[in-house]
This record gives sequence, structure tokens and C-alpha cells, in this order.
Amino acid sequence: MAESDILTQTIHEIVQRHGGAPTRLLQILRDVQDRLTWLSPETMDRVAEELDLSPIKVRGVAEFYSFLYTAPRGSYDVLFSDNITDRMLGNRELLHYLCDRLGVHVGETRADGRVTVGTTSCTGMCDQGPAALVNGHALTRLDKPRLDRIVELVNRQTPLTEWPREFFEVASNIRRADILLGRHFADGAALRAVLKRRPEAILEEMVKSGLRGQGGAGFKSAAKWISCRNAPGEEKYVVCNADEGEPGTFKDRVLMQDFADLVFEGMTLCGRVIGARQGFVYLRGEYRYLLPSLQAHLQRRREVGLLGSDILGEPGFDFDIDIHLGAGAYVCGEESALIESLEGKHGVPRIRPPFPTTHGYLNQPTVVNNVETFAAAAKIAVEGGAWFASRGTAESKGTKLLSLSGDCERPGIYEYPFGVTVRRVLEDCGARDAQGIQMAGPAGHMISARQFDRRICFEDLATGGSFMVFSHRRDILDGVRNFAHFFVHESCGFCTPCRVGTSLLRDLVTKVHTGHGTRYDLEEMRKLGRIMQVACHCGLGQTAPNPVLDSLDQFPEAWERRLRSTAFEPAFDLDAALEQARQLTGRSDPDAYLREEELMLGAMP
Amino acid sequence: MSEPKVKIATCSLAGCFGCHMSLLDLDERLFDLAERVELDRSPLTDIKELSDCDLGLIEGGVCNAENVHVLMEFRARCKILVAIGACALNGGVPAMRNQFDLKDCLEESYLRGIGLVNPQIPNDPEIPLLLDQVHPLHEVVKIDYFLPGCPPSADAIWTFVNQLLSDQPLALPYTQIHYD
Repeated sequence: MAESDILTQTIHEIVQRHGGAPTRLLQILRDVQDRLTWLSPETMDRVAEELDLSPIKVRGVAEFYSFLYTAPRGSYDVLFSDNITDRMLGNRELLHYLCDRLGVHVGETRADGRVTVGTTSCTGMCDQGPAALVNGHALTRLDKPRLDRIVELVNRQTPLTEWPREFFEVASNIRRADILLGRHFADGAALRAVLKRRPEAILEEMVKSGLRGQGGAGFKSAAKWISCRNAPGEEKYVVCNADEGEPGTFKDRVLMQDFADLVFEGMTLCGRVIGARQGFVYLRGEYRYLLPSLQAHLQRRREVGLLGSDILGEPGFDFDIDIHLGAGAYVCGEESALIESLEGKHGVPRIRPPFPTTHGYLNQPTVVNNVETFAAAAKIAVEGGAWFASRGTAESKGTKLLSLSGDCERPGIYEYPFGVTVRRVLEDCGARDAQGIQMAGPAGHMISARQFDRRICFEDLATGGSFMVFSHRRDILDGVRNFAHFFVHESCGFCTPCRVGTSLLRDLVTKVHTGHGTRYDLEEMRKLGRIMQVACHCGLGQTAPNPVLDSLDQFPEAWERRLRSTAFEPAFDLDAALEQARQLTGRSDPDAYLREEELMLGAMP
Repeated sequence: MSEPKVKIATCSLAGCFGCHMSLLDLDERLFDLAERVELDRSPLTDIKELSDCDLGLIEGGVCNAENVHVLMEFRARCKILVAIGACALNGGVPAMRNQFDLKDCLEESYLRGIGLVNPQIPNDPEIPLLLDQVHPLHEVVKIDYFLPGCPPSADAIWTFVNQLLSDQPLALPYTQIHYD
């Protein structure tokens, strides 16, 4: 068979396996890439033909996601997680060490096409970093001996399946359990409860429980379910947001690894309550290592009658769950962007309202909840709303899973009743020397020691779970700069205030961080931050300036000690900007330089 | 005795003189303006040496060493410095070269161009050296005001200059700053 026929055949088979559905486009492109290592223009055109989509649409999707490649990559594709917590653990040194040993530059593919080494946003292994992905599979606890082994494996072309298993081990590190992680849950108990007591009664328990969205936004879950249940629609959908992209958070990973049945039970319960027959888990691409075990759980649930048709023998109680794998796009954690991605499009947030509860997946009523929310809902159905509400504060009932990382002795998962103080958490995890916390990830808030008596709850410090500790030996601005780069990379590019604003902020942070800034630049950052907060289309851009604005307020000395005494400094090195032209022209006359002492810098107001 | 006139200087750096054309579009309002201001260095006067001024209006971005010197001189001599038009604010059309290497730009123009005789990259000291990127003004000096537009309309310039000269709060009507 000619090569192009083989390509056509391969793509045809993959598309057929996904039922030829355009909503599966992202999954199809992932599978095609798994087979062919990258998506060539010809490949994308074939996919478009098979799905009867325009080629430009397929290309738009392929180019949107970080883990889809429209240029060739090495057969081994190594991406170092580049969160600040990985940096604290020395990932940059390891990155350069590996590149040197492999003879490859960061972000480039080796000439023999064997290997590419680059960086990616936080892979959610902050408690066991430095971490990386190799062909999408998570590597943890990297060190030089481990990298030496990897160099050998790559050079010998050893297939990933034959790499040592311990390289891929992911520990759960549950350090503190409360009602969610600590109590046994019998499979099917929540579904038996809803069959016995009817959906209305379960909704009452949900209302009583006061459960709020555990992704961090804190919307009342019962209100969401009721709104979706009452919304007119031909089909309704349940979506579990497991696109845990906020740097520093990994509690959903642990839930999906150790408590998948509880989460699936919560989704199935929701399906029964709102009248949905189809559920989706949107799993972030970084967690693809979980896919086989999750599929096995789903299969087992089907076999024992907890999923599929006539669940628990109840005629008409039909519900099944599909897993969609993301492909490296933080913005898809935003629920409407996530829905777009589920529909096979690039993940740009929708204009809201209408909200997903009335117009969600395929424009039908849809509940989108966080992993932890579904797990809590399943427990509430069994144990009752009052039981859940007995924990927590007036406005924040129940417990919260925190992902602890950074400078502490015992990083991992901690479950606390809402209302716990930051100080208590720091004591428990062995963070004796904390100067500050990045709470709820880069999009959250940076707090200093003055605020360690604040409480973790929606009334005070709301969080999706990320809790990164900075000790006194850290430079806060290293974190701010890391986060500024993160937002530039993750901005979806749809709206100008975010697309341009994140880049301008990064440039200003870098300018000050490298000792070229003045007080004027700090003011510029504040102005820019305020514009982004009000003008950006979605939460990503609105929260992107938080690390800068918070650190200006909480850690002014970290900024001020770097400032130059002048009123204004150019944004770049003027003379260095002429170097290339000097070389191209061979000029060395006085006018070929912009020497600081000859410029009229001093005459500035 | 009449009030002393306000001294204004203007120049075009990496721009197309479109903003200056827009200034000329003030038409008969130029007579009113001339009664209140005196033009110092400007393409309209051909004065080469800048003296101390109240107001400097600059169109175009910064693309070469000479642009840097001129801009810094304006900053040093003008009490108020205004960036006028898209190129001054953002780099504009000239900044489209920023996505290419300077080497590629020069080679495309001077080595690979069609019909070139004796192809070579010009290196006469009289020709200002190019910066590797084109920059907006505020990345080189402090800018006090920004007047957007490509070009800003004569009306926008008129409103802006009038408000500034009469110490009014700056507020341009929406019709003068929308571009779609």
C-alpha cells in the first residue's frame, strides 16, 4: 500500500473508533498524534475530510493545544514541569543537565529526531517533583541519577513500556483526612439513597449541606443542580471538571487516583437528580497516566450495575460516563471553555450568561462540577446534609482538600474543615520558616506572614486547593515572574486585554526583577493590572495580575530593593539592541553605539 | 500685550508623516492655533535645533539609533511629551518587522531583492543603525500623554491640544477615539 493510503487508512480507523463525531475532534487528534508523533498538514487535512470539517477548523484546534504538535517532535518528548515548586526543587538545573547529556537545546528536537526536551506548565506533581512528562506520561522525583538512566534509555531507543516502573510512580501523600477522605464509602450507597428517597429529597439534603463548588468559585452546588433540573432541554449532561490546571493544586489527581468510584458515584447521582443520561470527565492531559485505571473502574461499575442501563435494576435509570482527555490548556478549566473543548473546539470561554445549567454541552442544560464537589455530593446523599453542614463555617460548610507544596517538610493532601487558619496548616505540614503563601494558585492570592491568622473559607480566603509555601530563603519575585510567564503561555489569545496585558506584565516584572526598573514601572504595573481586572473576557485574564498586585502590597520590599534611583529607565538595553546591526554592517564608528553616558538620560524629568 | 505663545515641537520618527498630515487637516483652525502657539523644531518649520519647549508631539516609533537620540532630546527639552498615533503608541506598521530577524530583513532588501546591482548591506556611517526591534516611545522615554489613532483625526488632535493648552481635564468624545 502506498504511504498516503496507509495514512488515510490509519486516520479512517481512528475516526471510526470515535464514531466519526466532530465533538470527538480533540480526542481524535490526540490518538492520531499518538500514532504518528505529530500532526502534519496532510494529516490534518485527512482528519478534516473524514469528519467533514473545514481544514482550517482542524488546524485551529491543533494549534490551540500545547500537547498537539503541528511540527515534528522527537520520538521521546520530554517536558519538564516548570511551576515555581519545581523550580524550588531545582528543575532548571536538571533541565539543563539533561539537555547537555542528550546534546539538545531546550525546546528543540535533536538532529536525529530521537528526542525533544522542553518545559510545560505545572503537571500537578508539586509534592513529588521535580516532575516531567515523557510522551505525556508523568515522571516524578527526578534527580541526576534518574536522568542518567533516562539518557541511556533514550539513546538505546528503549520503548516507554520497558522503562523502570518506579520512574512513573505517583504517590498520593494523603497527610490529613477528615470526612471526605477518612470515612469508608460503600459503592452504590448514594445511588441506593436516591432510588429510595427520590431526587427531590436528595436535593433537599444538598441544600441543607450548603455544599459549594470546590473548584474555588464557590457557587452553591444545589442551586446549580436545581437550575439544570428545571431547565428545558432535549438532553441533559453531567460534566466533571478534572482539568486541574491551577499550578500547585493536585487534590483532584489524588481523588481520581484513590477515590474514583466516589467521584463517579457523585456524577451518576447528579445524572439521576437532573435527568441526564450522559456524563463526561474532562481529565487534564497531564493525568493521562490515570486513564487505564479510570477506564477499568468504569468498566467494573458497568459490570456490577452501577453504570449503564437500568442501574441497580431500576428501569430507565440509564447513565454512562465518557472520559475526555485535555491537551495542555489551562483556560479549559474555566467551565464554558471546558465545554467548548468537550465539543471538539478550541477552548475559548463563552460569553455568560447564558450559563451552562441552561445552555451547556451542545447547548443543552449541563452541570459542570469539580471532582471534589461530586465526591462530597455522593457522601451527602448517604450521610445527609446536616452531617456535612456540621463541619465548617457559616458560609462554607464541610471540608476542603488542600494541596500543600513548596517549602514544607510534609507536602501532600490535607483535608480540613473550612475555617482552618493558615497558621494551623503551616504548623501541620512542617513549614517553620514561611514568609508567604501563594494561596489558590497564581490566580489566587499571595499572602504574607502578617495574614497567617486568616481563615481558609469563602468568607475570607477562598481557594480551589493550591497552597504553595515560600520560605524566607526564597525570593518572592522569582515566584511572581514564574507566574507572569505562566499566564502569557496560558492566555487563550481571544481578548486583547489578556493577550497583550499578560505579555506587558511579564516584560515589566522581568525588567524590575533584573534590576532595570524604577518606581514608574511599579506604577505602570498597577495601572495595567487594574485594566486587566475589569477589561478581560474571563477569569484567567481578570486574575492574571493578582500575583503582581498582591506582592506589590504584601511584599513591597521585594520590589523596592531592586529599583534604580532614576525616574525612568528604558524597557530594553539600547546599545545591545544595535549589536546585530553593528555585526551586519561591520561598523564601529561613534554613531554605531548608544552609550549611556552620551545619551540625554540624565536630562529626563 | 498678548500672552506669550506656547512653544510646540513636533517630529516623525519611524512613522509615515500621516499624523502630521492629520495635523494639517486642522485646515482653517490652523490660524487659531498659530495665534496661540509658536512652532519650534518641526517638519513644518525645518528648524534643526530644538530649544526648550512647552509641548512635544511625536509620531512614529523608535527603529534606529538616530530615533533614540532625537526622542531623548525631545524628552529633555519638552515639558510635556505626547506620543501621537499607532506607531508611537505600539510600534505600528514598522514594528511588523519585529517577528523577523533583522538579518533576514536586511538580506531580503539588500541582498536577495529582485534587480539589485552590487548587492550589499549599506554601512555608511551617515545612515543610522537599525535597532533589532522597533519599539513604542514609552519603552525608551517617559511619555506624558498618548493620543491613539492611525492617524488620530484632526478633530481629535484639536480637542486634545485645546484641552491641554487651556488646562482642562482631558476627555475625548467617543466619536473621536473609536476606529471601527
